[in-house]
Amino acid sequence: MSVDTDTVKRVAHLARIKVSNEDATRMTGELNAILGFVEQLDEVNIDGVEPMTSVVEQTMKKRADGVKDGNKADDITLNAPVSEDNFFMVPKVVE
Amino acid sequence: MTDLTKLTIAEARDGLKNKDYTSQELTEGFLKNIEAANSSLNAYVAVTADKARDMAKASDAKLAAGNAGALEGIPLGIKDLFATEGVHTQACSHILDGFKPAYESTVTANLWADGAVMLGKLNMDEFAMGSSNETSYYGDVINPWRKNGSNQDLVPGGSSGGSATAVAARMCMGATATDTGGSIRQPAAFTGTVGIKPTYGRCSRWGTVAFASSLDQAGPIAHTVRDSAILLKSMASVDPKDTTSVDIEVPDYEAAIGKSIKGLKIGIPAEYRLEGMPGEIEDLWQKGIAWLKDAGAEIVDITMPHTKYALPAYYIVAPAEASSNLARYDGVRYGLRVPGNDIVEMYENTRAEGFGEEVKRRVLIGTYVLSAGYYDAYYLKAQKVRTLIKRDFDLAWANGVDAILTPATPSAAFGVADQDLHSDPVKMYLNDIFTVTVNMAGLPGIAVPAGLDKDGLPLGLQLIGKPFDESTLFQVGQVIEDAAGSFEPEKWWG
Repeated sequence: MSVDTDTVKRVAHLARIKVSNEDATRMTGELNAILGFVEQLDEVNIDGVEPMTSVVEQTMKKRADGVKDGNKADDITLNAPVSEDNFFMVPKVVE
Repeated sequence: MTDLTKLTIAEARDGLKNKDYTSQELTEGFLKNIEAANSSLNAYVAVTADKARDMAKASDAKLAAGNAGALEGIPLGIKDLFATEGVHTQACSHILDGFKPAYESTVTANLWADGAVMLGKLNMDEFAMGSSNETSYYGDVINPWRKNGSNQDLVPGGSSGGSATAVAARMCMGATATDTGGSIRQPAAFTGTVGIKPTYGRCSRWGTVAFASSLDQAGPIAHTVRDSAILLKSMASVDPKDTTSVDIEVPDYEAAIGKSIKGLKIGIPAEYRLEGMPGEIEDLWQKGIAWLKDAGAEIVDITMPHTKYALPAYYIVAPAEASSNLARYDGVRYGLRVPGNDIVEMYENTRAEGFGEEVKRRVLIGTYVLSAGYYDAYYLKAQKVRTLIKRDFDLAWANGVDAILTPATPSAAFGVADQDLHSDPVKMYLNDIFTVTVNMAGLPGIAVPAGLDKDGLPLGLQLIGKPFDESTLFQVGQVIEDAAGSFEPEKWWG
């Protein structure tokens, strides 16, 4: 399978990365080189093979559903590019 | 007075306890080396000299009071991927500009609890994506090793290139690193240092910037096998904050060092013999086999038929997980924000400017293979292949193999800005061909320096172990180190 420039632009939009036409053209070649490389996997017989979900056989650990940490709004917004009163500020989303 | 920066961690530990010198003297020695070398080698992106001095002073007090921790007063470098409270933590990406976390990663918290001293944050490939430390926003790291009679700059490998260079050039006594596809072992091999990636689940991932969550593991880079065992003992823990941290007590790895390997079964997988592989790599491998045989190990040929599919499967799994993990960098909660007319444009502008080319490439591949209609053809298939790769290893263990010996890398360190490697991303990815299988199966792997090539550059051998059997890797690794000796680059910098 290979991708064309329009697909690269669509995927870049899905990934929320702005690309110029020039970027998209260059990336198309690079992405196709990688997709061509992974095509080798078609040689492998995977009939009846379970996909790996965890390298270590361990039951998912669970903890009691209780509050153990919190009240750290200052810490959480500490690194925000723009914040006000412990809210993250973003461009207007709702008209 | 002897140069304290030439000591191993094990030696310094004894010297500090004997009061032969202080941690403050040791720390000053490394700060001096960093100041002299960093403009040439670019291993550190942030030096925390004041913090280091404070920590060393506190360590000296503890040493004097006789309540020293296992790493009391030992100066270390920390890869920029680990969150360090109030200190530069940016995964060497532009998108995390100015980020200083309000928390400490579990791995570094463990080190400080044991008394280690932080010298600063180490350069790395952006978000740990790279095999040459040339994707960092903070510039290339330069390998302290050069070819005989040449002054060409060589790469230290990646992504933990800053860690490997800082250790090799005596800019720290040991360093933390991380390994998703070979990022500890390949740079260790390129710089004549020892690097171990432990079993997945051995070191907590909490507070370590995530690249590919099912593959990422932290581990140390150090001068000797013993030093790496000392560091791993402190870094590893059982952590309730990481659900993939495994509930197995951390053993005393040092106890394995010096134990005889008589009767151990060492597997040699035919599939790691690549077509077109330099003769020197094959020779090194044979030398390693002979050393282990001489030490009493039983050498057995094994077969791992899915080896060649590990790298292509990795280049589906790792980018897929990365595209998901890196979705959080959107200009809202931390780091860089590039304005736009609306919120989507703000996201797109921020991520276009904040991510470097290699990161964008992997996020796009990951987004593509996870997008509607392609999930089964790529991601699901890769995870099935991963099951088969792990099964190859499980069969070897079931047949009584104790550890597997392979080359660490298909070549020695290459030049900075190598045209051939930069013209095709896949060629750069092939650097990890011997190391990536280990991540895909979640196993421990150690790279130990084993010799120099015809140009005088270091080469390493890799030992792969059973899950949570790092001890055997230290035990066998020491035999290689004893036979091969240790390697020090000739000083040309600072």
